[in-house]
Amino acid sequence: MDIIDHLAGIAPSSPLAALRSIRPQAREQAQASHDALFNATEHADMSRAERFAVATFVAHLHNDAPIAAYYANSITILAPILATEAAAAQTQGPYGAYPAGPLSAENTPGLLWHTTNPAIPPRLAAALAHTHMLVFHPRDAAPAALQALIDAGWTTTGIVTLSQLVAFLAFQIRVVTGLRVLAATGVQ
Amino acid sequence: MTDLTLHPAGHAVPNVFTQASLGWLPWLEPFPAEALTDRHWAGLVDASRAKSPYFMLLVRDPDILQARTKTDKDIFYNPEAGLPRAERELAAAAASRFNGCIYCASVHARFASHFSKRTDDVQSLLDHFLTADLGPRWNAIVAASIALSATPPVFGPEHVIALRDQGLDDAAILDVVNGAAFFNWANRLMLTLGEPTLPAV
Repeated sequence: MDIIDHLAGIAPSSPLAALRSIRPQAREQAQASHDALFNATEHADMSRAERFAVATFVAHLHNDAPIAAYYANSITILAPILATEAAAAQTQGPYGAYPAGPLSAENTPGLLWHTTNPAIPPRLAAALAHTHMLVFHPRDAAPAALQALIDAGWTTTGIVTLSQLVAFLAFQIRVVTGLRVLAATGVQ
Repeated sequence: MTDLTLHPAGHAVPNVFTQASLGWLPWLEPFPAEALTDRHWAGLVDASRAKSPYFMLLVRDPDILQARTKTDKDIFYNPEAGLPRAERELAAAAASRFNGCIYCASVHARFASHFSKRTDDVQSLLDHFLTADLGPRWNAIVAASIALSATPPVFGPEHVIALRDQGLDDAAILDVVNGAAFFNWANRLMLTLGEPTLPAV
């Protein structure tokens, strides 16, 4: 049983577990991805607390209380603050702007969010603002967004890890969502 | 020393979805090739990826890159059961079109065309997207991929039932889920760490 089984409520010998075993490397490497991000041996560029705080925030933004609770378990002090922040940051994506041209007709405005809570350290505050963009409106990205992270003390390598973590969770949460729906409809 | 962002200039930025081959330019400094260690090479998985500025930027965190790439390969290349390759690529292209990743959509629309030989239908997905009519089976795959890609996701039993009605078994439905879910990972990296560029004419 791996973390996706745990989050989706899949029992080891269930039909869904058998279904997942058809893609054994995808299963194994999704777990290896989780381990690389959350059981990393090096934290010089992104601390363990930052990793779990961002993960909790991402899960809340996806409106997934069980997954948020799983990640929040490792950051007890910040957890209620992040839940409150995420409630204010909640919206629906994807939205954002395209490069000027024919696709401009599809530009969709939306919430541009950053925290104003002084209890959140500046480095984490910058990461949460970037996370909100990554989750809801990644097509609005620009070098200035990365510069804001650098100005808040993030290294290039730290930004890569932060980006991977948020993007990986966008994957993990959707795989869990899909498996839950398959379970609810009865695996055939 | 504080790190710097890069501001690529002098190139043409694509402003439509296309099946043409595009380039990609990073907004952060890739890892220096001369400093690659065994762990970095393992992270790149294929040595040829050392020529790609995208993978050379991601290799700054080699362990997650390695696991990401191996997840990707099994979801899309494993020939065992499930969805035909063309339709896994269709799920990837639909998610990318929805999230607005012009680069990712170009690659996977091209693959969907190559494996399905339905280039015009794939182009219709890129051009008309939500109003494209690609036939009931492809429509169901696209609709499921979009519903799962919404944030928060709105994928529900009705999508599973629609896919089953089109003859997909549960292994194939899990491939739709995995394919669309994986591109919610890939799109976010491609969109936020750099930008696409039209090839030099």
